[in-house]
Amino acid sequence: METLISIKDLTKDYELEGGVANILRGVSFSISSGELVAIMGPSGSGKSTLMHILGFLDRPTSGTYLFRGRDIKTLSDDELARLRNKEIGFVFQSFNLLKRTSVLDNVKLPLSYVGYKVTDGDERAKKGLDAVGLSHRLHNRPNQLSGGEQQRVAIARALINNPSIIFADEPTGNLDSKSGAQVMQLFKDLHHQGHTIVLVTHDATVAHQAHRILHVMDGQIVQDEKISGG
Amino acid sequence: MQIKEIIKTILEGFRANKIRAVLTILGIVIGIGSVIVIMSVGAGAQSLILNQVNSMGTDLIGILPGASDPNGPPATVFGLTITTLKYEDAQALRDRSQAPHNVAVSAYVAGVDTISSIYENLTGNFMGTSAAYPEVENVEVASGRFFTESEEKGLARVAVLGAQMKIDLFGENDPIGQRIKIKRESFEVIGVLAARGSNLLSDTDNRVFVPVLTAEKLVLGIDHLGFIRAKIDDTQNLDAAMDDIRVILRQRHGITNPADDDFSIRSTAQALDVLGQVTDAIRFFLAGIGALSLLVGGVGIMNIMLISVAERTREIGLRKALGARKQDLLVQFLAEASISSLTGGVVGIVGGVAISALIALVAQALGYNWSFVVSPASVILACAVSISIGMIFGYYPAKKASGLDPISALRYE
Repeated sequence: METLISIKDLTKDYELEGGVANILRGVSFSISSGELVAIMGPSGSGKSTLMHILGFLDRPTSGTYLFRGRDIKTLSDDELARLRNKEIGFVFQSFNLLKRTSVLDNVKLPLSYVGYKVTDGDERAKKGLDAVGLSHRLHNRPNQLSGGEQQRVAIARALINNPSIIFADEPTGNLDSKSGAQVMQLFKDLHHQGHTIVLVTHDATVAHQAHRILHVMDGQIVQDEKISGG
Repeated sequence: MQIKEIIKTILEGFRANKIRAVLTILGIVIGIGSVIVIMSVGAGAQSLILNQVNSMGTDLIGILPGASDPNGPPATVFGLTITTLKYEDAQALRDRSQAPHNVAVSAYVAGVDTISSIYENLTGNFMGTSAAYPEVENVEVASGRFFTESEEKGLARVAVLGAQMKIDLFGENDPIGQRIKIKRESFEVIGVLAARGSNLLSDTDNRVFVPVLTAEKLVLGIDHLGFIRAKIDDTQNLDAAMDDIRVILRQRHGITNPADDDFSIRSTAQALDVLGQVTDAIRFFLAGIGALSLLVGGVGIMNIMLISVAERTREIGLRKALGARKQDLLVQFLAEASISSLTGGVVGIVGGVAISALIALVAQALGYNWSFVVSPASVILACAVSISIGMIFGYYPAKKASGLDPISALRYE
């Protein structure tokens, strides 16, 4: 399996009033394509910051980050934006759908930033929505959908550019347990289809559905746990 | 991001917040609308004035006593009486061997005094003119006749009434053959002029016309003219005709140095030019004031855009997470501001044109020779201005949006 992500001695400091906060303090690991990984830790442990760096939304203070063997330190902001668009799919805790825009257009949104005219956007979006079981909701607004449905729209959106990796930040955090279970099943299905998925969560039951758990505490990986049959 | 999606986003925003959308563009609507109305109504008023001058004919040359700068006012404006222009000068200008382009020449003196008929006694304007007056001024005689050249030379006591003067002095009675008095001199009424409508420059209807020498010698007791007008054969010969007149008058007045000229020559064409410039200046000045409200409209757009950027912070963060670059967001927000502003501009143009058309209709219904003018250039300019205003006032909010940090934008509540 190809190594997608390889980080070494990654640190992230934030300047605060009256000092520097060391959010990440020397993190090293790698993720291969096809993995279903959970990054688990309590709030404030640095797991979200880690995800932001891995997802090219932020840059590390020091250390190296190779994405598919490419050092991201050398990339410009615009190149990082392109990478986010093509290689990464984000799923957020609060869905982050445009509330005045139809479900179909929400799913198509990443196509606006691919850098060329996409002619088959509608078909791709419809196919994606079909895959998450929402082909009957194309022209609804997000606020006409349940939380679980909204998160499935967000997953369809994350998949539209066929990314190398999906980052899901507490994807079930705003959902009731039934919808949460549906969403988790969807991630497992996607994993079986070959997608690489990174779940960021503080919830052990969510994390244990992954095959591998990276336990984060105080800005460091304290345990890299393989789950058999997870 | 394509323009179609941007427009879709704007429409979604408009639908979600209709009152705000209307208020956003209102300033631009008012600004563009008022500039269009001012330019159009100004052009209408201008055409009214210029048509009046034009109706006198652009083939007229005026000769005034006293030297003056051709672009300044004549000396008589300052209340000076200049006596250098004589009846014989007018006679000389009729000599077609020396002034071949002069078709008709009339001498003028004017006065105000008591004018009375058997019915009325009033203070009114009278004018001494040559027999050629109707030809020079394009005036029709409605009844009776105008006086002849021999009556002009023979100090005949005959009078022709302007249309309104006839009504003032005689009411519905036929004045032909009746007598009127100007000052203490008695005149026989021989004709009435067709009504011409008053305009800024002359009021033919409210005057009594008598032979110029009669007016000079018998009524006013002077031997100089107020001015002379010459009608020429063709406007193309204007410069040649003016030169001819200059030569004749210098010769008659014994002037060798042009700086010593004791007369000045003007043409209606020149007057039209100057009037056109003056009225243009007024129009553009007023339009400039109208344009100030555009500035206010621009500030309105900036204000709403700033609010919109703040409200859509999460959306901006999301778009960045999905791959939007800085310039994508800059373009999106600039386009939103410009399109809002352009929408305001288009509504303003439509409203402004409608109001201008209404004003033109009313003016025409009131009998003014008013043309409804909306130049395509002003419409294009208005569109360009409104887009630019959107760009200028949308830039700061757009810059702010594009510079947001995606992580804090995504966390923004």
